Amino acid sequence: MTRAFLALIARDLRLAARVGGSGALGLVFFLMIVTIVPFALGPDLNLLARIGPAVLWLAAVLATLIGLDRLFQADEEDGSLDLLRQSPLPLELVVLAKAVAHWLTTGLPLALASPLFGLLVALTPPGMAAMVATLLVGTPALTFIGAIGAALTSGIRRGGLILAILVVPLMVPTLIFGVSAANAALGGTVPFATPFLILSALSLAAAVIGTAGAAAALRWGE
Amino acid sequence: MRIAVENLACRRSGRLVFEGLSFALAEGQALVVTGRNGAGKSSLLAILAGLLRPDAGAVRGDGIGERPLAEALHLVGHRDALKGALTAAESLAFARDLLGDEAATPGEALEAVGLAHAARLPVAYLSAGQRRRVALARLLVARRPLWLLDEPTAALDAAAQETLVALMRAHLSEGGLVIAATHAPLPLPGATELRIGRTPREGDGE
Repeated sequence: MTRAFLALIARDLRLAARVGGSGALGLVFFLMIVTIVPFALGPDLNLLARIGPAVLWLAAVLATLIGLDRLFQADEEDGSLDLLRQSPLPLELVVLAKAVAHWLTTGLPLALASPLFGLLVALTPPGMAAMVATLLVGTPALTFIGAIGAALTSGIRRGGLILAILVVPLMVPTLIFGVSAANAALGGTVPFATPFLILSALSLAAAVIGTAGAAAALRWGE
Repeated sequence: MRIAVENLACRRSGRLVFEGLSFALAEGQALVVTGRNGAGKSSLLAILAGLLRPDAGAVRGDGIGERPLAEALHLVGHRDALKGALTAAESLAFARDLLGDEAATPGEALEAVGLAHAARLPVAYLSAGQRRRVALARLLVARRPLWLLDEPTAALDAAAQETLVALMRAHLSEGGLVIAATHAPLPLPGATELRIGRTPREGDGE
């Protein structure tokens, strides 16, 4: 079972890395948003530094949404989902494997690249460290919440819009606590640990609810 | 193993596709399902594979221990379940790891369907018939007693059809079971034919 689980992660990572895969998509989209915001706001470094964490987090949410609609749809269309259901892996673990692969190709690169992009919004070094930490801990929640929406819309062509409408409201708590944790690290009255621990809790809860929810949606959707 | 189907009925979006379907199949036996387009051949295979819930009736698999029936079968549907960006060998290696019960290596399986030369080509570069053969090679990389084949000869040339029939015969002689939905005649020894689908009646509401 472990072997099937790892094989599925490896296949999705390989697909993301190949030509036409979704590997760099999220990262490029993230970069586009973060680069364009300073141009829109003008050369006010203090303002940029103050809203920097919010801009990065917003970009992370939107970058996660890109390509999320194909998470199960691609497998549904070419019949791979039927093949996955003949494996000894329960559907929950299929969802978990695909979500892990999605996070490794979307959330993780975003978190690792955020110090670089933080330069564009005038983040201080502690701010950059806080961004890496909050994105690292918070982006799994985005992926797992998104997985539910992706499973619900897997049978719908052009389901991307419905997917966004379904999952963006659910991503709001993650966004709020992600930004407030990053801001707390830059100063203020709230200690960093409080919002950061809630953010971690959101990710852990989403990992359970998202896996079970997406598997249920896939079963129900046939 | 043995598979028994009792009084199966299938309904798709409210329309009754077939009902009262019963058959049993034991080791070494083949069943060829025929019927007009839309008669429910693919739906029947999907129900047997556990992908679709029947409206009524039950499917039982005996002699496979505690495993669910879905883990004792191969379904090669009309979609090939291949990813264009992966090579033929990678696709089969993935299927082998995923399904367990490993039998032939990807190289041997491709050899058996006459595609050894295409092992390192991305599936997207292969023709429809070649993709079909890669999908059929999946039958060989994991050992599973029940083969469910949906229009297995579609897109295959005459030589590839003969290869496929030979593979099915070998599987049957090793005690496997084959259920194939097809329009083309399949020269399988001792195969029973099952015709499904009602004859369309006047005023049959769609």
